[in-house]
Amino acid sequence: MTTFLQQLINGISIGSVYALMAVGYSLVYSIMNFSNFAHGGVIMIGAYLGFFALAIWQLPFPIAFFIAAVGSGILAIVLERIAYNPLRKRNAPFLYFIISAMGASIFLENIVIATIGPNFKTYPQVFQKTPYEIGALAIGRLDVVMFIISAVSLLILLIIIEKTKVGMAIKATAYNFKASSLMGVNTDYIIFIVFGLGGALAGIAGILFGMKYTVYPQIGVITIKAFIAAVFGGLGSLSGAVIGAISLGIIETMTAGYISSQLRDLIAFALLIFILVVRPMGIMGKMNEDKA
Amino acid sequence: MSWYYIEGILILSGINLVAVLGLSLLTGFTGLFSFGHAGFMAIGAYAAAFATMKLGMNFYVALLFGGLMAGIIGYVLGKLTLNLKGDYFIIATLGFGEAMRLILDNIQYFGGARGWPGIANYTNLTNVVIINVIGIIILVNIINSKHGRNMKAIREEEMASNIIGIDVFKYKLKSLMISAVYAGISGGLLAHYIGFLQPKMFQLIKSTELTIIVIFGGLGSVTGSVVGAIVLTALPEVLRNVKEWRLVLYGATVVFIMITRPQGLMGGKEFRVIHIIKRIVSKLKAPLNKEVS
Repeated sequence: MTTFLQQLINGISIGSVYALMAVGYSLVYSIMNFSNFAHGGVIMIGAYLGFFALAIWQLPFPIAFFIAAVGSGILAIVLERIAYNPLRKRNAPFLYFIISAMGASIFLENIVIATIGPNFKTYPQVFQKTPYEIGALAIGRLDVVMFIISAVSLLILLIIIEKTKVGMAIKATAYNFKASSLMGVNTDYIIFIVFGLGGALAGIAGILFGMKYTVYPQIGVITIKAFIAAVFGGLGSLSGAVIGAISLGIIETMTAGYISSQLRDLIAFALLIFILVVRPMGIMGKMNEDKA
Repeated sequence: MSWYYIEGILILSGINLVAVLGLSLLTGFTGLFSFGHAGFMAIGAYAAAFATMKLGMNFYVALLFGGLMAGIIGYVLGKLTLNLKGDYFIIATLGFGEAMRLILDNIQYFGGARGWPGIANYTNLTNVVIINVIGIIILVNIINSKHGRNMKAIREEEMASNIIGIDVFKYKLKSLMISAVYAGISGGLLAHYIGFLQPKMFQLIKSTELTIIVIFGGLGSVTGSVVGAIVLTALPEVLRNVKEWRLVLYGATVVFIMITRPQGLMGGKEFRVIHIIKRIVSKLKAPLNKEVS
């Protein structure tokens, strides 16, 4: 029972970081209707920004965190301007967006390899290693921090989307891009905001992942987990992405704990195909003729 | 540059081209995108290597065996996922490709993640070229047949083709299966060229590379795919002395092509000598016609 609870807590903690990635990705999907495969590159840059701020410039954690979030947000916006905006202006089919995103992701990964190097980098220790002990359970401090930061970030996003005028415009644009633009929503501005928010969340996920594990140029591959989580919950649905991500985190740690850590990723992909076959719209997804 | 080096690049281009031809049918002529064709290549590679090394089969039979296995898996995958549209299908193929790699990582019989060394080198420039020629002839015949026309109709307008009585699902499945067979044969050639197999060789980046070649050559153009495969396989080799920067350039080029010339090199047109001669003749005739009028 203790092991189970322990695995559950680890699963929720890792799942909450997946949620940050999946929500950013899903947010872009809900507006633009394409899979932003460059999301992984943004996460990777976030992780490196965090590493530089903490290890090289020796900044305190809150400032490093801020740099990672804002830097990644700006990067995502720049990426949109360069790689997607010209396509959007031309009404290109979504496949071109995906290829463009793939190219951008190759570019980002390799520019880091070329300038910083392909080696693994380890973050300095920010939080103490001694875990909190509750009864027989040992909960790592970092896990708690990861969960709290993720939860707060998602809460802020929720407030922005549900309570502000911009949020309402985002929801309207996600519902129907053309109609909301006819109703006077500045869709260019909405896309700008959405990429900024998604990028900032990706940066936060990047710095958290870097602290938990290490930083390396291929860290962006981790976004495949975010895709799975987003599909699991229903593409384009933010609450679905969170639920999907947390479930994926729990399933992964349970597989690693009880069956075999080698099968962890395999189970995740098997789950993806299973979900797509059985319920392609995901748990929370709306049934849409175009999508499923 | 020694001939040996150039020959190596040509063989690798040829091996890539076999997979690209199949993917061209799927992406360029049926309008379906796949980020999992490295998975089919992996199946073909391991199946062919298994056939030659463990069963002692003839190399060419083994290639067909590899292609067949990939085709069967393609059939199963298609049956399960071809009802999905757009991004969902892409993500499903992506999941399939990665899952395939992870499964191979765990099969100790084939060496697992450590790899499988000592596969006989049967692939050479001659048989790669012959297989490519056969592959192109078959592909062109498929494209110009009733089946190919139906696939093109699906690419242009899926709902309309459904209405006029084309079994969309069936033709998508056929297209996916054929492309999987091509990818499988390509994998078999690769295994017997490098002589070493490792699941790591068939990562997502390999699938992406194949798709990028198809796009670069131009969707819906076989000659475009041929040129694309040769140029994009040779390009990193030419850029070898700028080392790490070559993939940076590669990524930037892909984005650049997408935002400036998304129709690719050939833009759905085929390169035919007759067309060029006709064009030159008509240009020569044009001033004459003016004088007459």
